[in-house]
Amino acid sequence: MTVSLSGSEVAKQITKRFPDAVSEVIGEAILVKSESIFDVAEYLKSSPELDFDYLNYITAVDYYDYFEVVYQLTSMKHNHSLVLKTRCYDRTNPVVPSVVRLWRGADFQEREVYDLMGISFEGHPNLKRIALWQGFEGHPLRKDYL
Amino acid sequence: MEIDDITKRYIYSDTELDRAEGEVIEALKRHSQEPIPDPDRWLDEEPSRNILLTSIDVILNWARRSSLWPAICFPACCAFELIAVQASRFDISRFGMEILRASPRQADLMITAGTLTWKMAPNVRRIYEQMAEPKWVIAMGACGISGGIFRSSYNVVPGYNRIIPVDVYVPGCPPRPEALLHGIRMLHYKISKGRTDIVLPPPLAGRKKLGK
Repeated sequence: MTVSLSGSEVAKQITKRFPDAVSEVIGEAILVKSESIFDVAEYLKSSPELDFDYLNYITAVDYYDYFEVVYQLTSMKHNHSLVLKTRCYDRTNPVVPSVVRLWRGADFQEREVYDLMGISFEGHPNLKRIALWQGFEGHPLRKDYL
Repeated sequence: MEIDDITKRYIYSDTELDRAEGEVIEALKRHSQEPIPDPDRWLDEEPSRNILLTSIDVILNWARRSSLWPAICFPACCAFELIAVQASRFDISRFGMEILRASPRQADLMITAGTLTWKMAPNVRRIYEQMAEPKWVIAMGACGISGGIFRSSYNVVPGYNRIIPVDVYVPGCPPRPEALLHGIRMLHYKISKGRTDIVLPPPLAGRKKLGK
């Protein structure tokens, strides 16, 4: 069984490396500032004792005031997992750094989040709609759609 | 050589055997002096035997409805009820429909089993357009009729009749196999009422005039 790591302990390790990156620990999940999400993810992947080599999923939630992008990471070697979150408060043009360079599996998932939520992933090599067709207006999973 | 009577009882008499054979041949020859008439000579007679007068429409419609071949185009969950109808318990092979054609060019019935999204809609329409005339469509299930519970969604086609003409609507979510069978019978009834317009080519003189 995959062990869910304690968010607060991993957050301490992240804070040692990136002092301003973690803004909050919500339960076992770590809330990271969106501008440092790529650096934190790179650290979580490359650090040998964490070694998160597998990205389970990326998804996004609309909380009206902000969008929250959720990453679940797993280490195949250590058999532990972690949930990483980040927020963007700009509704008109939300931007989050892309993690495709770290995990290739993020490609389609970031495109899906872009398609249905309208969150742009900066640095994504091919950011276009994946489920809906080109020319569709709006992003249907936003709470203010319709 | 003289043959005694005891020996004679155990051997054939060549004379008697030959006589019996000769009688058979003579009898056959006596009865075979005239050629046997052609059993199909009634074909040259008046069309009084084995001719059933009916209209072209009845024959064509009978042939068409008796072997409707469905195209494989089942976008969603109603397909499972369709599979049940196709399988042994309900068995649409009773209606000559057991062959589900993977190529729409060989099919003449589309059973729209499932929700249709706008992204899928051009492909379904293309399948319909590739089917050879005459062709029919059964809208199966609530989604096929009107979009069902997904009608208000941003990407669901509210009914197949937005993109292709529908002949029979079978309600249900999903319809029971009996309901689909009833719909198929209704389609049979509809086909039997159909009319075929036979377009004859123009007469030869007219075509010559067109040529000039």
